[in-house]
Amino acid sequence: MSLKDFFFPSGGLHLPAHKAISSETPILSAPLPEKLVIPLSQSAGEAARPVVAVGDRVLKGQRIGEAEASLSVSAHASTSGKVVDIGLYPSAHPSGLATQAVVIVPDGEERWIDKTPIPWQSLSPDRVRRALQAAGVAGLGGAVFPTHAKLPDTEVTTLVINGAECEPYITCDDRLMRERAAEILEGVGILRDLLAARTVLVGIEDNKPEAITAMCAANAAADLPFQIVAVPSRYPTGDARQLIHALTGIRIPATRRSVSLGFQVFNVATAFTVARAVLHGEPVTARVVTLTGHLSRPGNRECLIGTPVRNLIAQAEPEGTLESVVMGGPMMGFALPSLDVPIVKASNCLIARLPETSPATLPEMPCIRCGACARACPQGLQPFELYRWSRAREFGQVERYQLASCIECGCCAYVCPAQIPLVQYFRFARGEIRSRAEEAKVAEGARARFEFRQFREARDKAEKAEKLARAAAAQAAKVALEAELKAVDPEVDASKKALIAAALERARQSREEHAPAAGESA
Amino acid sequence: MTIQYSPFLRQPLRIVDLMRQVLLALLPGIAVFTWFVGLALIVQILLASVVALLAEALLLRLRGKPLWPHLTDGSALVTAWLVALAFPPLSPWWLTTTGVLLAIVIAKQLYGGLGQNPFNPAMVAFTGCIVAFPAQMAHWPTLGLAAPFADQLDIIFGFVPPLDAFTGATPLSIIKTSGGSGLYTNIQDILIQQNLSGVFAGKGWEWVTTAYLVGGLWLLYRRVITWQAPLAFLGSMALLSFCFWLFDPAHYADPVFQLFSGGAMLGAFFIVTDPVSGCATPRGKLIFGCGAGVLAYLIRVFGAFPDGVGFAVLIMNVCAPLIDRHTQPPVFGAKKGDAGE
Ligand code: SF4
Ligand code: SF4
Repeated sequence: MSLKDFFFPSGGLHLPAHKAISSETPILSAPLPEKLVIPLSQSAGEAARPVVAVGDRVLKGQRIGEAEASLSVSAHASTSGKVVDIGLYPSAHPSGLATQAVVIVPDGEERWIDKTPIPWQSLSPDRVRRALQAAGVAGLGGAVFPTHAKLPDTEVTTLVINGAECEPYITCDDRLMRERAAEILEGVGILRDLLAARTVLVGIEDNKPEAITAMCAANAAADLPFQIVAVPSRYPTGDARQLIHALTGIRIPATRRSVSLGFQVFNVATAFTVARAVLHGEPVTARVVTLTGHLSRPGNRECLIGTPVRNLIAQAEPEGTLESVVMGGPMMGFALPSLDVPIVKASNCLIARLPETSPATLPEMPCIRCGACARACPQGLQPFELYRWSRAREFGQVERYQLASCIECGCCAYVCPAQIPLVQYFRFARGEIRSRAEEAKVAEGARARFEFRQFREARDKAEKAEKLARAAAAQAAKVALEAELKAVDPEVDASKKALIAAALERARQSREEHAPAAGESA
Repeated sequence: MTIQYSPFLRQPLRIVDLMRQVLLALLPGIAVFTWFVGLALIVQILLASVVALLAEALLLRLRGKPLWPHLTDGSALVTAWLVALAFPPLSPWWLTTTGVLLAIVIAKQLYGGLGQNPFNPAMVAFTGCIVAFPAQMAHWPTLGLAAPFADQLDIIFGFVPPLDAFTGATPLSIIKTSGGSGLYTNIQDILIQQNLSGVFAGKGWEWVTTAYLVGGLWLLYRRVITWQAPLAFLGSMALLSFCFWLFDPAHYADPVFQLFSGGAMLGAFFIVTDPVSGCATPRGKLIFGCGAGVLAYLIRVFGAFPDGVGFAVLIMNVCAPLIDRHTQPPVFGAKKGDAGE
């Protein structure tokens, strides 16, 4: 703990790592399960459209779902076998919500499609993007943002590769860097070329010396110009903006996109899949998952997408009756509602928890404004104010205290001596703010429609009134004219003309008086 | 029931652990104080603790709150101990009891309990009683002249007025009362004449306050408190007293004397650091501490009371929400923090 941290804490936590549980054994392949449940929604975007039918035989890597929206990626059969069902299956989501999935019974042969590498150097950027989308490449760091959507035409000066892996327990990126550094760097090179980035920074937390050594060695062996940087181990350095700050000292506010400042960040595992897809023509069909916690055989497994969590946990032999399994890290992950959900691209870690070793929920106490949460917040927020106003449902105030900048890292809740589940309050407030905004939008739409109808009715009425007025005025003018014509000598031309002009002028005036009056009455 | 939501890891530090550390940090001060005034102080602390817990329990009942974990969070004990330390150790039992009830019932529970009180409960007790019972609140024992324990018990519980032999002026009060009398030309003379001059500050008091300082530094080291408010409080008081002392050393005590003679150390580490009634932002804490230090000095030197920490803290308590609002630190990446408007 440095003096600077004492006087001016800048947030973040030094957490117990718990990484040695799983980091010291090589990545193993998980056995083929008896069936795979492959969700058609594989990224942050919309679900892919199924392009296979029940009964079809599929090959490993064959496309089973086609991406239609720009932010979605295609889904692939992760092994060869037979499609036995397409339907709703519980998803790896805190709610356990059922989503469309393709169920494949493997034939055990692992027969690949004809793999065609992507000639990325000769294709137009747009074609490469579509090829990556078709290969199902999405961020494996957890957010599963489609990689193709992160390769814009705008200028990116610095490519940041995220090997921080700051959350406790998770070691899948660590193992991947130790064992497959060369391929990761191949992927990094492709991303660098696609972005035309000048600088490449690979950030790895200094609690992974072996990974750093392996990456440096691969970098040197391939004579690559990438900078492998050891960053201090501090949660949540793995957050993209936090990592950029750790590497460059530049702080990018949550309100701005990193790319607008010339930065783009990819996870090391994503870079690995980019290399596999581009150089070998292999779509994403597997990922490395850390199995940790109270398991007799913890470690990292390369799992096919769609492998049921239940199988993986059973093979790793729990040390007792599990209380729950957390997917993701202990700081930002979620307890799985059921073990029957499949491994997806976002599943970096499974933590098996026993009831006796999990911290108990202590009663929530009142906030004493001790400020520990604010000192821990890496985003410089005042979580106790956010909490106070979220609780009071004063969402305007919540926004004023910059809830938008919260990355839900959980540092605040970790340190809170009052045991307040702060992140839950913030998620609640976010949901409320979002649904209110949506309601406002709907209301705005309704109001616009209503106003347009009113406007149209008023306009119609006004037009009608104007027409009537015009007719009446014309009639009046005619009558007046005729009367005056009768009254004067037809030979006196000049006075006649003047009279006609005056009558017409009167008619025009009466028209003008009528029209606005009609408008107002509407 | 185990934690079902992220983060699944929690720092094992609860409010009761914080409160326990605050109580521990008070122990050196209590020990030295007891050395000088006798076991009366311990009796007062016990009395205050019992009254505080009973009052807290009753009020929690009335408010329909469970006793666990609210009674056992340790906050009532911290308040009780601070009241006992701020009051004269030979106060009659009803005075201590009144003070504790003021703190727990009025200042804390009626405002909604822990975390809701806008004023520092111990300082509400202190200022309330000094206004209502100025005579009794002025009966300070002469440090180092402890009466026999039986006599002390008589004074506390037996309605016997404290013997003049055992009570007298404090270093701060003697400066105040004699300063304008024209009898002395130099405050050093007064202190020496009254046998209240110590090695570097008020006799006896210098060691008690040093012990508070030690406890406070330990709290800082343990990160139970932060440095801003204590530093600003002591710094502003030192600077102000230094200016006055430089201007007229015969009539104004030196900064060391000011910091080590009255309630400054207790205030700096145990009162202005109260998170609930103080400021929460780093800059806010600086302003809060500074304001409290300046006010405490001004009240102490120019006001009607020998010490001004209590009043100063209450005045700053009123300002705290406003200060907090206007001292929001910048969020990550922002140029300057402005959640203010
Ligand atoms: S850490 Fe908890 S108790 Fe302390 S200020 Fe934050 S929310 Fe309040
Ligand atoms: S969850 Fe949000 S408020 Fe809490 S520490 Fe993280 S960024 Fe700050």
